[in-house]
Amino acid sequence: MTTTNVPISSATPITNAPALGPERPVAWPKRTVLTLSNGMQVVLAESRNFPKISAQLFFRRGNAIVAKTNPGLAGMTATVVRTGTASRNSRQIEEDLRRMGADLGSHAGADTSAISISGLAEFSRELLELVADLAQNANFPEDEFERERRQRFEELRVERTTPGFLAGERFRRVLFGEHPYAIIAPSEDQVAAYEREQLVEFYRANYVPSDSLLVVVGDFAADEMLGQVQRIFGSWKAPQSPLPEFPAPPRHSGRKVHLVHLPGSVQTQILLGNMGITRRDPDWYRMVLANSIYGGAFHSRLVLNIREQKGYTYSPRSGNNALREYGYFTVNAAVRNEVVAATLTEIFYEMDRMRSVPVKPEELESARNYLTGVFSLGVATQDGVLGQLSTVYLERLPEDYLETYRARIHELTATDVMAAARRHFDSKDSEIVVVGDRDQIAEQAALFGDISEYNAHGMKIASGSR
Amino acid sequence: MKKLHIPVEHTTLANGLRVVASPDRSAPVVTVGVYYQIGFRLEPHGRSGFAHLFEHMMFQGSENAGKMEHIRLINSSGGLLNGTTHYDITNYFESVPSNALERVLWLEADRMRALKVDDENLRNQRDVVKEEVRVNVMNQPYGGFPWLDLPPVAFRNWPNAHNFYGDFADLDAATLHDVQSFFRTYYAPNNAVLLMVGDLDPAQAFALAKRYFEDIPPGPTPPRADVTEPPQIEERRGEVEEKFGPLPAIAIGYTLPKRETRDWYAMGIVDRVLHGGRAGRVHRKLVLEDEIAVDADGSAEMLDTNGPTQMVSRIFHKPEFTSEQTIAAYDEVIRGVREARIGEDELDPVKVKLRADYYSMLEGGMGSHMPRFGLMHYLACFTLFDGDPNRVNTILDGFLNVAAAEAQAAAQKILVPTNRAVLIRRPVALEMTP
Repeated sequence: MTTTNVPISSATPITNAPALGPERPVAWPKRTVLTLSNGMQVVLAESRNFPKISAQLFFRRGNAIVAKTNPGLAGMTATVVRTGTASRNSRQIEEDLRRMGADLGSHAGADTSAISISGLAEFSRELLELVADLAQNANFPEDEFERERRQRFEELRVERTTPGFLAGERFRRVLFGEHPYAIIAPSEDQVAAYEREQLVEFYRANYVPSDSLLVVVGDFAADEMLGQVQRIFGSWKAPQSPLPEFPAPPRHSGRKVHLVHLPGSVQTQILLGNMGITRRDPDWYRMVLANSIYGGAFHSRLVLNIREQKGYTYSPRSGNNALREYGYFTVNAAVRNEVVAATLTEIFYEMDRMRSVPVKPEELESARNYLTGVFSLGVATQDGVLGQLSTVYLERLPEDYLETYRARIHELTATDVMAAARRHFDSKDSEIVVVGDRDQIAEQAALFGDISEYNAHGMKIASGSR
Repeated sequence: MKKLHIPVEHTTLANGLRVVASPDRSAPVVTVGVYYQIGFRLEPHGRSGFAHLFEHMMFQGSENAGKMEHIRLINSSGGLLNGTTHYDITNYFESVPSNALERVLWLEADRMRALKVDDENLRNQRDVVKEEVRVNVMNQPYGGFPWLDLPPVAFRNWPNAHNFYGDFADLDAATLHDVQSFFRTYYAPNNAVLLMVGDLDPAQAFALAKRYFEDIPPGPTPPRADVTEPPQIEERRGEVEEKFGPLPAIAIGYTLPKRETRDWYAMGIVDRVLHGGRAGRVHRKLVLEDEIAVDADGSAEMLDTNGPTQMVSRIFHKPEFTSEQTIAAYDEVIRGVREARIGEDELDPVKVKLRADYYSMLEGGMGSHMPRFGLMHYLACFTLFDGDPNRVNTILDGFLNVAAAEAQAAAQKILVPTNRAVLIRRPVALEMTP
């Protein structure tokens, strides 16, 4: 395998393209931020182009705190939360939503449980009252719980045939070991073992105002909305329990290959990487820039190489994935079975190039402009503003994060990029997951490290005879 | 009820390129699109998948912007871009900080003027497209369900009924000559509309459009594929294998009336009564009441198609029920909208939700990354299909004015077996080796 790629991005100068005009400054909406006496932090931002509002209520407890006892229980709790309260049954809730032109979501990730709603601004008060009702008075009807449990079984069965899911599941397991971030989904047996009382208990303990965050963006006057929020949520009182301590993830040394055998697969899903950083890490901006140059954008090196030059894959990408306690860095690509080894070679080649050769000024400039421009596109939609504000306040980033982001990116240098790559693009210690038909890919994958093979249910299997 | 008004200005250049601008100066970003009136429905017979493969080629190089230059120039201006292929249109679009507007127009004009690609580019993108098909269809549970599965069952005329992603043999047969000839035939300025939405002054934007696009020579009016369907006289059924997923899936499609007729608007309301999440009748009956299905919902492709299209219900049912039991329960729901008028207590909320969804689509439509993508998309469709971008401000009234009696009458006419197709996707239940 030769690695003599000439990156197109630094080979062709701009010739005739019109220069960029003067930039108009990006003004993020003014925030109204207040912590209610019950500990709920409220963040409001006006965005008045469309007569809608979007709101999200976060509780800083998710699947991580139940991973040892009941994996996925936070997720099931969030699912059933929307199916009934003391005063509304499931049908009433759904009809109320439609009447207000609204969509509702309730989800739990590793670190949080959240209820989100968006609907017409003329129903702002009622929309927030519905969120408050679900957050305080959910009654977990037995029949709704059983229906959602059955639905979850079916989802799990589908997930067990989805290459992207299987890759993510195996990767998180090997990366995080005993830490609860290792588990992204429960088994069917674990779902079967959930009891209604466990959901109620999780809800009582964790859906509490103390340490919660409510973000509302939309067509309203902030002072009026603040009064409304105080009336609706102010009298709700309950304390949050302390977060448990989790075991540390393992150290990773040397390349290891984990093959998930999916018989008959006509393509191979590759997912590799290593531990990365959280958003609060001092290296965060440097890592964002390094990732964008490596594989985080359409014009990045990885896409140029394995898509545009070699045609191995449709949509390769790399990413910084930040959870509350740890982050991890990933590279993924779905490639045809014949080029698994060739793709891995290029992925590592591009990683090592980031670590060893300084980025040229033009490529650096391009990447900085890309990040700051794309960051600002979010300012123009309610969902964009909601998403950014949620990140800032949930992660407790500095208050001026949005306003200073562009400057922080623009001051980064080629030295910063290489420093981040050397610290975090740890190609020699990568965990490599490949999901596909082992008869077609095991030999190629085994070239990159000791190989373990699993079936789609996560069980270790003996290496097939080849 | 607060009525939303979108400012719309439009003009036509001397070469026939239609240009639409909608200013919104609240944020310094602009979304630009060029929509060509060619989609997979209109691609040449025997060249399945060509419209989409060609869309990829539009990113491979033009006269003044070589391979990857287009992408790099947009990304390095702080913008995002993409292109997609639909039934009747193919679009290319960018969201950028508004100081890049002129650069975006220069790039779009450059590739409308001339495509500069070679065999190597074509081989490369053919490989990329095959991996796209594998990742989205062949190697995914329920991949292509039902958008690729149903049309061959529902329709008889090749433009409406073929494999839109393309058979690999057809993709392999595509030549550079085909690419250039397709470009000359369909990518002329008089077969396109340019949209500019966001932080701009319409007069200045039109001047820029004129500067960069007006001297691109027009072409002959492209031939229109005849997309009319022969009359349907029987219910149509088809069955395909589901290679991965464990649940049987059923898609039921009813062919919709012609665009912007009274019945078409009425079916927009019927669709919302039947579908639209957990409050929809199909979900309520099949999932909540009868507990036959694990999931059931549906939708109608209406605003962005301009030819035979369907309202489609999608049902994933429990294996312990047969397809026939499932369809029988579904038919009860259909009987319901045919036999009784929709009450005001259902009709009014359905219309409120429709209005809210329309606003959401206009504002974003592609997530938060591409502001006003939906507005741009609808402006394009209303221009190309109806000759009137201002319809973006009136189309909603057509749906909101539908009376219960009209909805019922449309249901009685449209929701009949001789106007529907049923596609069953049956799991093969692959044995997992231990």
